[in-house]
Amino acid sequence: LANRVEKMSENGISRPKVLTLDTMNPTVKMVEYAVRGPIVQRAVELEKELSEGIEKPFTEVIKANIGDAQAMGQQPITFFRQVLALCSYPELLNLDNTFPEDAKNRARLILQSCGGSSLGAYSPSQGIDYVRQDVANYIERRDGGVPCDPDNIYLTTGASDGITTILKLLVCGQGIDRTGVMISIPQYPLYSAALAELGAVQINYFLNEDNCWSMDIQELQRAVNEARQHCHPRALCIINPGNPTGQVQSRDCIEDVIRFAAKERLFLMADEVYQDNVYAEGCKFHSFKKVLFEMGPEYSETVELASFHSTSKCYMGECGFRGGYMEVINMDDDVKSQLTKLVSVRLCSPVPGQALMDLVVNPPQPGEPSYNCFIKERTATLSALAEKAKLTEKILNTVPGIRCNPVQGAMYSFPCITIPDKAIKEALEKGQQPDMFYCMTMLEETGICLVPGSGFGQKRINEGFVVMTILPPIDKLTILLNKVKEFHQRFTKQYS
Amino acid sequence: MTKLHCIFMQGVKKPFREVIDVAWGDAQGAGIKPLTFVRQVLAACLYPQLLDSNRLPTDVKQKARGLLSECHGGSMGSYTDLPGIPQVAREISEYIARRDGGDPPKTGNIFISPGSQWALQNILNLLVHGHGEVRSGVLTPIPCHVTTIESLHSLGGVSVPYYLSEEHGWELQMEELNRALEYAKQVCAPVALYVVNPGNPPGHVQSKKSIQDVIRFALEKRLFLLVDEVYQDCVYADNVEFVSYKKVLAEMGPPFSDTVELASFHSASKGFLGEAGLRGGYVELVNMDPDVIKYACTIFSKDTAPTPGQIALSVLANPPRLGDPSYPLYEMETQQMQTMIKANVRRVHEVLDSLPGISCQPVEGGAFAFPRVDLPPKALQKAKEMGMEPDTFYCLRLLEESGAFITPGCEYGQKEGTYHIRYTLLNDIMLMEVCAINHILINCRHF
Repeated sequence: LANRVEKMSENGISRPKVLTLDTMNPTVKMVEYAVRGPIVQRAVELEKELSEGIEKPFTEVIKANIGDAQAMGQQPITFFRQVLALCSYPELLNLDNTFPEDAKNRARLILQSCGGSSLGAYSPSQGIDYVRQDVANYIERRDGGVPCDPDNIYLTTGASDGITTILKLLVCGQGIDRTGVMISIPQYPLYSAALAELGAVQINYFLNEDNCWSMDIQELQRAVNEARQHCHPRALCIINPGNPTGQVQSRDCIEDVIRFAAKERLFLMADEVYQDNVYAEGCKFHSFKKVLFEMGPEYSETVELASFHSTSKCYMGECGFRGGYMEVINMDDDVKSQLTKLVSVRLCSPVPGQALMDLVVNPPQPGEPSYNCFIKERTATLSALAEKAKLTEKILNTVPGIRCNPVQGAMYSFPCITIPDKAIKEALEKGQQPDMFYCMTMLEETGICLVPGSGFGQKRINEGFVVMTILPPIDKLTILLNKVKEFHQRFTKQYS
Repeated sequence: MTKLHCIFMQGVKKPFREVIDVAWGDAQGAGIKPLTFVRQVLAACLYPQLLDSNRLPTDVKQKARGLLSECHGGSMGSYTDLPGIPQVAREISEYIARRDGGDPPKTGNIFISPGSQWALQNILNLLVHGHGEVRSGVLTPIPCHVTTIESLHSLGGVSVPYYLSEEHGWELQMEELNRALEYAKQVCAPVALYVVNPGNPPGHVQSKKSIQDVIRFALEKRLFLLVDEVYQDCVYADNVEFVSYKKVLAEMGPPFSDTVELASFHSASKGFLGEAGLRGGYVELVNMDPDVIKYACTIFSKDTAPTPGQIALSVLANPPRLGDPSYPLYEMETQQMQTMIKANVRRVHEVLDSLPGISCQPVEGGAFAFPRVDLPPKALQKAKEMGMEPDTFYCLRLLEESGAFITPGCEYGQKEGTYHIRYTLLNDIMLMEVCAINHILINCRHF
């Protein structure tokens, strides 16, 4: 108000802005995107201060909060980058020894499938046909022959674009008929942000911490029953392997969830971007689609399902390309037409990302020149992740006041930290959630940026959760984990 | 993509071998080669091993190294923060300053997105109340490309059309804006005015005076200005110049320059770059409430622009300069394109002006010709029988006869009783001839 008054006296005219917090779309105000929220902003500020030469108790800020593998030093797959470079600048195809023949052939095939033989042309809104066909073939191979229709495949700008689009279709109604969407707690903040933006009702279902963050049908039932009193539950979102919890759902559990969705008439949204990131013994990735079809026509012909994948995670870590796809199963034909129309508003997803997705679903095969290098890189990356998952669990569980469930998959650990009462008091005085206060303090003292669990929906009294990626290189990760250990011991002592 | 395309795909009888797609503003889709410099930089960023070879000019390597050094982990594969790769944001800011004079805008007021339409939808999302009794409205031009309208509708907003004046070269007329706004107040809560300059599909370029009038109107009527300037590098007429809304706004001084809220959009999809598939666009915000900008940050941070698109924007904003090793080639390629399009524009006017029943306003800029077609009563009748708009029917016949794929005016909006067609200027001249010949044939044979 003071600013406005100032302006009035400057100009002699009263001119409040057209777009203010009061006139802004009210649903936008509800949006908080924790993964890039206040703690990350502070981390960026600290980075800037460090670069300006301001002294800190640490020499670098480590952003251990976001699933960005290559930012943490993971190397891209050579073959993928070679093909993309060739697609970008086809003159390179004429060079003799720089690129292997199979990379050149793949680049030629991809370019042929693009308008004007260029990555720079628009593709059809649903994605390049040739790529969608390859995606369909991949899904069929992955799911042991369960058929996949390329017409059900949409290439998206990362998985988040696909998820938001499907949610847009699902959200409708007023008051008690307003769409409710079930999301798992702890959750990945993209979902709550999207639901807030769409004005949908968020229905929380809690994962079972004591059973390694598995889904619990009783809990799902509780959540949906309670929700029916104030909204119309229409969708159930699952992240498998989970983010941030890393749990890999068992096949039985997935069957139970499918039965539940069928019974409660819920549209299933399966976020499967971490499908190659499975580390724990005895754990295996089961795609929702495969399980659905193996349950027979009673389910496979009725349950509506959208599953999502992306180039950002797994062993690729190519977040910057914004490549992704979704497969829609049993969607009503009229709704599908609307979906096709909705994606056309985005014109098309980034073509380099589509090209990359093609390579991901159709990588080098045994016998091809690039195969050995490819398989070596892929194996190295995935086994490094597995090693780091175990290491994280091991070190964190040696700290009194920290307990960490096994990291079965994905890219994060989600340890539970005990926060002393005095610290909780100080946090509340500062108007912060205790785990935010803990993370902020850790950031200021060590330069390590973690995301507090309250950004993920969990709320406990003297326990908080933090999300920490397992992505830094193993020696750096070891140092990091030990720093966290030291910090926690210091913090506990300071506030005892 | 359009109804026409769907009809075609269903198996219309085809006396030709392939579709000549003259429909879209897609330069590279039409066969125009990308700029070498962009693609060399992109390849080097994708596969940095190329930086060690002597295959690439030094300025390419320097640019690639600079961009990669500011990517997390030195890789294009990482997420980028808002507003984007810092170098790109700085380059865009400096580009704006060079174009408009004045100080470079703060990079905090520039948001990079996967294409300009994505940025536009994010800004609309801030402006538009899509539920409840009173929905927000945006004044949109007729004719207008359909993406923005659909984007607005998908947010629950209302589009209120204002007609561009065909008889006056498709210029924007204040009387009509006023009429539209008065009407808008009855059906919605008007909150913004959307202007496309240079236009799409009509190829008019707004005069400075017209821009001043619009700015005055926006201040007086309290409207947020959304200005789509993606074709700013596509100006062909000799006595016509593109001037940005921002520049005019700044030159008008207070109260306009520090009050009128403006979002201007640009993209790497059009102009000399034509990198539509890379999805690189940005919006510059002027005079936006700082509290609202914080929310803009949240919205934009969910979907940052893909790194290849950001690289394209880097070249758009900071192309090779005189003295750089890549400059001669860059200059030659851009000149070639400019020459070709200018020749196309001349040819379009020559051909269309000589055809009976077709008239075309001067194409001053943009990527399309948008001639008016007078259809005889027989054609109107036939179209009605087939349950089609007359210009859709015309386009379908053209497609069937010659394989030339153009789009009908009804998809962009037009005055009742008038019919138009949209051709892209980005193609080989020969295709214009094909379309022209077939137009005559159709007219003679069918109508």
